[in-house]
Amino acid sequence: LSNVFDAGHRALELLFRFDPALLRIIALSLAVSFSAAAAASAVGLPLGAALAVARFRGRYLLIVLANAMFGLPPVVVGLGLYLLLSRFGPLGMLHILFTPAAMILAQFLLALPIVVAISHRTMSGVWREYGDALLVDGLGWLQAVPHVLAIGRLGALTAVLAGLGRSISEVGAILIVGGNIAGYTRTMTTAIALETSEGNFAFALALGGVLIVISIAVSIAAFQIEAGFRRVK
Amino acid sequence: MKIPDLQRAILVGMLSVVVPIAGHAVDTRTIVLASTTSLQDSGLLANILPKFTAETGIEVHVVAQGTGQALATAEHGDADLVLVHDPDAEAAFMAAGDGITRTEIAWNDFIIVGPDDDPAHIAGQTDVLNAFRDIAETKSPFVSRGDKSGTDAREKRLWREVGMSPGGSWYRDIGGGMGAALNAATAMNAYTLSDRGTWLSYGHKTGMKIVLQGDHRLLNFYDVILLNPRTHPEAKQAPAHRLLDWLASAEGQKVIADYTMNGKKLFHPEADPKP
Repeated sequence: LSNVFDAGHRALELLFRFDPALLRIIALSLAVSFSAAAAASAVGLPLGAALAVARFRGRYLLIVLANAMFGLPPVVVGLGLYLLLSRFGPLGMLHILFTPAAMILAQFLLALPIVVAISHRTMSGVWREYGDALLVDGLGWLQAVPHVLAIGRLGALTAVLAGLGRSISEVGAILIVGGNIAGYTRTMTTAIALETSEGNFAFALALGGVLIVISIAVSIAAFQIEAGFRRVK
Repeated sequence: MKIPDLQRAILVGMLSVVVPIAGHAVDTRTIVLASTTSLQDSGLLANILPKFTAETGIEVHVVAQGTGQALATAEHGDADLVLVHDPDAEAAFMAAGDGITRTEIAWNDFIIVGPDDDPAHIAGQTDVLNAFRDIAETKSPFVSRGDKSGTDAREKRLWREVGMSPGGSWYRDIGGGMGAALNAATAMNAYTLSDRGTWLSYGHKTGMKIVLQGDHRLLNFYDVILLNPRTHPEAKQAPAHRLLDWLASAEGQKVIADYTMNGKKLFHPEADPKP
């Protein structure tokens, strides 16, 4: 047990000394996961809203697909992406395997179904309530999408945060496609896996602490927003 | 509502994500080195590569995998250079035409580590085959890497030389790196085969010690393999060659020799006499 306290003590030291290696890992994690969540939102929010608003063939299939992929296993996404991005793979010409770009792509794919599924659910509610009014205004479905998103913006934010939470805590996919390269593709989660395997528990624990704080903050924000959303309704 | 519109919108969205990040295509200032967990876990690469980068401006991205996986990564064309330690797998890699030169740049040795109370009574022995036999006969817990790494290949080879194929609940295949195997051995009071470098730099040795070392069968050679430009035209030959030249140079060899942990040498330069 004294081992645990010792590691905890040294973890705090690392954090408050602003250890440069630690800070770089945290910064890269945030950059990768925020980019992925932003990209997933840019694609997923309009798509989720469109699925709530429009009626077209294949719509139901897309909704089922988004919900089915909600819990996509990250390692499998990592494996699939590895095969695609490998220099001999169909997307090998992009030359992004073992780069942060590949990690953003992996987390984008993991976050996208979550953003689509959640925004579809909330925007369906919005559409039920305001759809007739919007249609009376003579809007086509494509024009209605931004209105629906604006009305349901709190729900949209919940979807974004859920996507971000998924991205920041994920390790399986980015370990495979990023390669865990020191100072380049090493994030909080992959560093924790590595440092634990090297017996450097202080460093792992310091990163673990930061990661927990971030993921709790994201979850609390999502919860508060959702609660606020309910109250408004 | 037209489906093509929606499809186009989705496609544009996806492309806007992928295209900008793919823009920074091939640059010869960075190379990918597929290497082994022992060289990463021991801290050697993190210690010596910044010196190479400072001198040449070439950044080296190390993907640390087991030797088997590192060779596979290079075979698929996803690395520019390989630094590994499994003579048999390396020979097969060369024979398949994937490599063009194979150069030893460092060596150290494997050791058997085990619990302080040493249930199989290995401490004091000098023959690794006898030690393996004793561990198997007493059914003392033994952690195997099981990851097709260089260390794993050596362990399997030693079992073959003993004439046994280990199995049963005492033989624990963890499918992990060297550090993970040491963690597992510590947690399970088990023996394991480790490279000396990772053992010396491992941060959590409580209750564990070296029980056997010095058998000539435990010598461990690290080789750099340059990829064959005919089979791997995509590999960045020039900067990869510079790294090989630097590692083999008097300066690179000295940096390897000078890397110590708590005053102990972890790797020998190629020219050091072998026992």
